Amino acid sequence: MPTLMLRKFEKVCAIIDKHGNDAARLIPILQEIQEEYRYLPEEVMTFVAMSLGLSPAKVFGVASFYAHFALEPKGKYVIRLCDGTACHVKSSEGILNALYKRLGLSAKVPTTKDMLFTVETVSCLGACGLAPVMVVNDKVYGQISPEKAVALVEDIVKKEDGPNV
Amino acid sequence: METAGHINIDGRDVPFTDEKNLLEVIRKANIDIPTFCYVSELSVYGACRMCTVEIEGRGLITSCSTPPENGLKVRTNTDPVRQIRKIALELILANHESECPTCTKNTSCKLQDLSKRLGVTKVRFRSVKKPVPVDDSAAIVRNPNKCILCGDCVRMCSEVQGIGAIDFAYRGHDVVVQPAYGKSLEEVQCVNCGQCARVCPTGALTPRPEVDDVWRSLNDKTKTVIVQIAPAVRVALGESFGYGAGELTTGQIVAALKMMGFKKVFDTCFAADLTILEEGNEFIDRVKTGGTVPMFTSCCPAWVKYVEHHHPEMLGNLSTCRSPQQMFGSVAKNVFAPEWGVKTEDLVVVSIMPCTAKKFEAKRPEFQDNGIKDIDHVITTQELAQMINEHGILFRNLRPEALDMPMGFKTGAGVIFGNTGGVMEAALRYVYEKVEGKTLENCDFHEVRGEAGIRTAEVVLAGKTFKLAVVHSLANAKILVEKIRNRQCDYHFIEVMACPGGCINGAGQPVSFQPDYKKRRTDGLYEADKMLQLHKSQDNPYIKELYERKLGGPGSEHAHHLLHTRYSSRRRMKGRSMVIVDGNRKDKIEIRVCVGTSCYLRGAQDLLHHLARYIADKGLQEKVQVKATFCFEKCDKGPTIKVGGTVITHCDFAKATAAIDKAVGALTVEA
Repeated sequence: MPTLMLRKFEKVCAIIDKHGNDAARLIPILQEIQEEYRYLPEEVMTFVAMSLGLSPAKVFGVASFYAHFALEPKGKYVIRLCDGTACHVKSSEGILNALYKRLGLSAKVPTTKDMLFTVETVSCLGACGLAPVMVVNDKVYGQISPEKAVALVEDIVKKEDGPNV
Repeated sequence: METAGHINIDGRDVPFTDEKNLLEVIRKANIDIPTFCYVSELSVYGACRMCTVEIEGRGLITSCSTPPENGLKVRTNTDPVRQIRKIALELILANHESECPTCTKNTSCKLQDLSKRLGVTKVRFRSVKKPVPVDDSAAIVRNPNKCILCGDCVRMCSEVQGIGAIDFAYRGHDVVVQPAYGKSLEEVQCVNCGQCARVCPTGALTPRPEVDDVWRSLNDKTKTVIVQIAPAVRVALGESFGYGAGELTTGQIVAALKMMGFKKVFDTCFAADLTILEEGNEFIDRVKTGGTVPMFTSCCPAWVKYVEHHHPEMLGNLSTCRSPQQMFGSVAKNVFAPEWGVKTEDLVVVSIMPCTAKKFEAKRPEFQDNGIKDIDHVITTQELAQMINEHGILFRNLRPEALDMPMGFKTGAGVIFGNTGGVMEAALRYVYEKVEGKTLENCDFHEVRGEAGIRTAEVVLAGKTFKLAVVHSLANAKILVEKIRNRQCDYHFIEVMACPGGCINGAGQPVSFQPDYKKRRTDGLYEADKMLQLHKSQDNPYIKELYERKLGGPGSEHAHHLLHTRYSSRRRMKGRSMVIVDGNRKDKIEIRVCVGTSCYLRGAQDLLHHLARYIADKGLQEKVQVKATFCFEKCDKGPTIKVGGTVITHCDFAKATAAIDKAVGALTVEA
């Protein structure tokens, strides 16, 4: 899809321009770029480095420091499962295993081949009262169980017109 | 300097003046506080915790990040202080690949030294780190398994050298110091200056060893092995054998090299004299014919690579002269080998250099002919010390021997090449006489000497004023280059050395923790200049003879062929390009638009934007693939784009669309 790539590149340029090519704005720039690409491609980080007058090693250092930045492409639906203290004691591990099993994923392979799902754990989502908590993209689901989590995945798969995952 | 106050250190009153932190004051009081992450020329980092002291009323505090204050009461060796240091050290050691006896840094390692000093005899913790691969580049070996994360290398590379080739990446116990994206040093903009290795307290960054290659050549009966010694080596090698910094040991070095089996021992200073005649004439010629000025010296291979990566638009300002090391190799292989009756392929030329970048330089394709390198092996001063020890030579007992002729003969001008300001001074000694047509009585140009990072001077030659600049460290060079680009200064001649202080402080020199070693080594070279009979390169009789017999005059065609070269721009980052438009046709036209710094500044981004729109508007998406690439290596003529196989420099929208229309028009109609 040529137009999509062009749109993304122009967006990157616009983001950098908007922040006035200011190296101090590196983090917001990377955040906005990640919204476009769903991760931070190496060549885009190099482009950002050049535009801001930073070394690519510095930009990569910042990008790799924060868990929020993804260095590998992520799926269309990012499932973040909380594994903080409260969720952990409420057996979040069982939910994780159920999701892994349903999607054929593991800690080392967090994204499905069709780029539809990424499953990752986070240390706390700040909603301990709803433990165990799971977030799919921006939507929060509280007090979930392995069955509920898998059902959510099934719904999404159905909505996406049933590609095999 | 006026006293700013007093600090009580371990019961004694110590006055302080302008020391930037408590640590410096304590060290002035003859207490060597241990540190890993504190290097006086770099910013304060405060990570290693080794410099912890106890301040009355404040508790335990790192002295490197505490400013001196009047009336402070400091204890430097209380039980809590000792405990903190020992535990910190134990934790560092737990994650460190401790293979001390087989480590290149063995006996010159700060971690080893402090473990001994602080009496850490046991490590109670186990490592949780998985071993990672070693990155072995042409000049530097990076072993992250030995890294203690003090960050000295990171700050050196960005603060002093202005490059930032390596940085911290990841977080927590995954932290690693590495080039961007985990690439190797050879794939990024590292210039091989090795200053990272110079400040590395462990064996995580070390010069790439070539000692075994040299032994192999020496033991090969079919080879004739000769060697050249760089100026800075003679004032530093002695430090490995108990001499003071700056003590001249040329004679003993010659004796040691002869014992090892080198057929002839020569001096890089001879080639430095030769460089001065070529470079001096090039400068005079540039000024006379309105050529590109300012002219930069090109003796420092780290500086040359820096220009190739970061300022390719200034490549024309670099002197075309090869460095003395390479001039030596070229003359040895092309002029002297036939005279000695040695086949080029049987002559092995070894360099002993204070420098890691010289290892890279010797491997450059520009300095090879049919696979035969002008310089076969480059070893550092440290490696020479190792060879002397390996051979069992008792260096201190050696009787000095003389260098071989003709390439062992040099003037003082060639000797001072090893310190900042030296090349400029040597050039002035030649250019003055050449332009003025009279003898220069006092050869010392004190205006270009000194320690300041950027020094400027003016000389009047034949009624015309020439502006000169001398810089060392690449961050300073960067400042100067920016000024030149913005036309804020108008120098004629600029000497650049990448290492702070010049070659005397190269990464291949013996590790020194003495505070004044740089000055002492520099003084050693100026002394050596004084002791020689001749001080001007043009007075070197063997250089004169070489020109008369073999090369023709300085700058002659033959001299040019053997002693000059051309450098070209170099991309900073090996890696993928950004695909903007990607058509489906198999015979699609590849359009690459450079968005590297130089082209970016010239409006490449706008050009790319308009081109992409043009392609969309004309419906050419399927017929082309548009990529934003990160350097086309034609930066001086940017913006640069490539349409199919054609490179278009100074490109604008009209030129680009014309080329695209033509290329697309030539495509066969799709079946």
